[in-house]
Amino acid sequence: MFQKSIPELARGLREGEFSSEELTRGFLDRIGRFDEKLNCVITLTDSAALEAARVADARLKNGDATLLTGIPFLHKDIFCTDGVRTSCGSRMLDNFAAPYDATVTVRLQDAGAVMLGKTNMDEFAMGSSNETSFYGPVKNPWDLQCVPGGSSGGSAAAVAARLAPLATGTDTGGSIRQPAALCGVTGIKPTYGRVSRYGMIAFASSLDQAGPFAASAQDAACMLEVMAGFDPRDSTSIDQPVDAYAGMLDADLSGLTIGLPKEYFGAGLDAGVGAAVQAAIEAYKKLGAQVKEISLPNTSLAVPAYYVVAPAECSSNLSRMDGVRFGYRCEEPKDLEDLYVRSRGEGFGDEVKRRILVGTYALSAGYYDAYYLKAQQVRRLIRDDFVQAFREVDIIMGPTTPGPAFRLGERCDDPVTMYLSDIYTIAVNLAGLPGMSIPAGMVDGLPVGLQLIGDYFAEGRLLNAAHRYQQVTDWHTRLPPGFE
Amino acid sequence: MSLDSEAVSKIAHLARLGVEQSEYETYARNLSDILTFIEQLNSVDTRGVEPMAHPLDASQRLRPDEVTETNQRDRFQRIAPRTAAGLYLVPKVID
Amino acid sequence: MEWEVVIGLEIHAQLATRSKIFSAASTAYGAEPNTQACAVDLGLPGVLPVLNGRVVRMAAKFGLATHSSVARRSVFARKNYFYPDLPKGYQISQFELPIVHDGYLDIDMPDGETRRIGITRAHLEEDAGKSLHEDFQGETGIDLNRAGTPLLEIVSEPDMRSAAEAVAYMKKIHALVRYLEICDGNMQEGSFRCDANVSVRPKGQEAFGTRAEIKNINSFRFVERAINYEVERQIEVIEGGGEVVQETRLYDADRDETRSMRSKEEANDYRYFPDPDLLPVELDQAFIDEVEKELPELPDAKRERFMQDFGLSRSDATALTGSRELADYFEQTVAAAGGEGKLCANWVMGEVAGVLNKEGREISASPVSPELLGGMLQRINDGTISGKIAKQVFEAMWNGEGSADDIIEKKGLRQITDSGAIEKIIREVLDASPKQIEQYRAGQEKLLGFFVGQVMKATQGKANPGEVNKLLKKMLAD
Repeated sequence: MFQKSIPELARGLREGEFSSEELTRGFLDRIGRFDEKLNCVITLTDSAALEAARVADARLKNGDATLLTGIPFLHKDIFCTDGVRTSCGSRMLDNFAAPYDATVTVRLQDAGAVMLGKTNMDEFAMGSSNETSFYGPVKNPWDLQCVPGGSSGGSAAAVAARLAPLATGTDTGGSIRQPAALCGVTGIKPTYGRVSRYGMIAFASSLDQAGPFAASAQDAACMLEVMAGFDPRDSTSIDQPVDAYAGMLDADLSGLTIGLPKEYFGAGLDAGVGAAVQAAIEAYKKLGAQVKEISLPNTSLAVPAYYVVAPAECSSNLSRMDGVRFGYRCEEPKDLEDLYVRSRGEGFGDEVKRRILVGTYALSAGYYDAYYLKAQQVRRLIRDDFVQAFREVDIIMGPTTPGPAFRLGERCDDPVTMYLSDIYTIAVNLAGLPGMSIPAGMVDGLPVGLQLIGDYFAEGRLLNAAHRYQQVTDWHTRLPPGFE
Repeated sequence: MSLDSEAVSKIAHLARLGVEQSEYETYARNLSDILTFIEQLNSVDTRGVEPMAHPLDASQRLRPDEVTETNQRDRFQRIAPRTAAGLYLVPKVID
Repeated sequence: MEWEVVIGLEIHAQLATRSKIFSAASTAYGAEPNTQACAVDLGLPGVLPVLNGRVVRMAAKFGLATHSSVARRSVFARKNYFYPDLPKGYQISQFELPIVHDGYLDIDMPDGETRRIGITRAHLEEDAGKSLHEDFQGETGIDLNRAGTPLLEIVSEPDMRSAAEAVAYMKKIHALVRYLEICDGNMQEGSFRCDANVSVRPKGQEAFGTRAEIKNINSFRFVERAINYEVERQIEVIEGGGEVVQETRLYDADRDETRSMRSKEEANDYRYFPDPDLLPVELDQAFIDEVEKELPELPDAKRERFMQDFGLSRSDATALTGSRELADYFEQTVAAAGGEGKLCANWVMGEVAGVLNKEGREISASPVSPELLGGMLQRINDGTISGKIAKQVFEAMWNGEGSADDIIEKKGLRQITDSGAIEKIIREVLDASPKQIEQYRAGQEKLLGFFVGQVMKATQGKANPGEVNKLLKKMLAD
């Protein structure tokens, strides 16, 4: 049952082959069996899940079910869930039971999807390995010595191990695509503004975007259709109808022009990953696509620009964590200053502190122009590169990451090397474009991700291209050994 | 760009971030590495390029002036570290 | 040495919206603590701001009314600092691109001169909450009801040269925002308050002296006093060989002095940057035209019209247009009286203003409506009552005894205009005063007043004074 696709599960539920309660118990059971090894789930909401499953079963009987009614999912612990701890992977919010629901939470709930629990993540989504979480690292199901990627590592690993058929994630610099690649699952980061950010704890507001993890593009399409849509509570949400992604999956790829940025295939790319990506491109050619080499000349500036913009925004976004209205508060503060300094000093972990410090510095008097303004100018150059490219091609493809999953602890002491894990994904966030990663091979027993980048609001096209590839390959159906 | 412990201490104060004395040096080294890395940006000429604050060229949507929020003080203060008489409490503020 | 004072004001006008600038919580004053602070106002993790459209319209109105540019594109920025009444750790404000900039306002000074005060900018921002220092076992209580209330911060050029000018400017802005109905102007509740930047320099010197910023002054009287105190303090410092320090000071009304706010002394580095949760506000010409059409007649235009239409002096017209309520009251009185602008003006500024002032009431709370007042003035005009009797009638109206006509009827105050009846009374008075007649006829003509007084006394003031005069002269001459 745990290997079925979303349309198959939905059909099974409708035809009474199994109930949502059974399905939910099935996945809760898998979490119980496997999560001790993986550490994907921070908070398990099993009784609420069973209750929601029973409600879903009633809805299914009444015939007012949606495609996701009764389907279990795991929710990244960055989305506020009313009355349920929303920790963002931080000690700071370890005691924070959000008093309201994020818009994404409400949309999934309204569709009848059943939340099993909240998934582990890098603290405040800052990390590429899931090692910055207050709740300890998540392990990669393909190799428990390796990281699952981050920041949505818990969600990616959970879907890879089929602890849930679907999971939510957020992507600020690659936090959906990079763990999807390292765990061998499908993940999509939509166009900035496509999914509401309301109730999604902000890391870098102008870059953050939520999206789904699933085994396949088809399943991801089903979930994205529910997550996406205009939200009047988010000023950056786009008031534009959501395409019926699941209905666009089968479109023919002949005539599709794929751009391969030469900067994504240069030095630093693991040979095995490069070969897998080339093989995937060959598959696309067979499906009728044309391939064209393009250039995104400012690619190398994306990571440095990002590490100004994201820390600057996060330094301000995290100022509200002050120990006054919610969250962690230090013991016996001796004065106001002490309350702030110790609550924040004790509540935040190292990487979060580093980024707050960098961001504070970049915005401070005398440095704003040299860092922040400069980074924003470079951001435009990076965006313009893509705009130029999409005049010639329909989809850009390349590796999601320079290499497969790395070993736990390997890059912890070297922030800059860690930051370079996101070298191919970050530019997409700076530009606000949709991007996705799909499994496209294995290197030494570890998955390789193929990244697909689309023009603004071209999620349907990306999912279509991914789906057609998944029709002729089986990388996305593989289970990590030991998780049968 | 290289930062020393004193600079880290100044920034940490601006950010109201407690950093252990013993950690200053590590942070100073980390931050210096990061800043050096960021300085690659200086290799590109951005004269005349308009800074891009946002990925989309959209303008602010306006909300009608209506009150739709209701009093949820109890709900919100249930998760607060310290309250009394409906107020959030902090150590004495001296103006 | 002769010193010149240089003053610039930053006025914070709370915009009169129903809901907050970035949330749908109420802005009503005086609610129980934190009952009007929603998730957005509290800065809970994950919440986002959405701009209230009315504040944009209000700011645009202000811009158009002050000859300012209304920006086609303005941007919200975050001003970052930690303070417990600032829930997010930053205030959403406007920094580089404010919604209104480069305008001016002309103010009339008592000496009859007009001064033009430049308006550098007016920007939108959110207010902070309140810290309550009453004792909670030595802790401070935070009420965030006010957090997120919309403010328009109006920044002037350093164009004022005396405390009196600063007050005149502040009063004019106060009147203007109330004319525009964008701010209720309530200074007790903090809806209208200002910071004053004050410096002195030797007369003739071009460069500005070092300025001090006096924070949060919430009455016209305090502005004048705070500035005067500060000017004297600065001169004393300089003349004593010292230097004025650039700092923030607080005006203490009880002690009538300003003092340094040491807690705000540390170098503030607000790390402004564009708020990524909000997009640029873009206004097109159609919107600006629409707002322009909604503008009411403004004080200066109204003053000109009052002078033109009612033949009022400039000073009368200025006084009557000092607030929209007063101007409306006056105009409604004229309408009810069927004209006679000058008479109406005298009554509104004299009797009406006098009693209101004595009782500490606003014009809007006057028990005598413009209709009642106008009705009475009509009776003066048509000779039913004299101006003197009118004061009696007015007092009765003030006490709620009904309309002028009712009161005149009930109290029998109708003026005696019948010359036969007046003649009869004059005869009686003359008969009783042979000695005075003799003196009058011997040339003591000022005794006419005595006879008039006697007649008025005999008629309880109801005789038409003109008629009395005329008949008396004639009869005394006989």
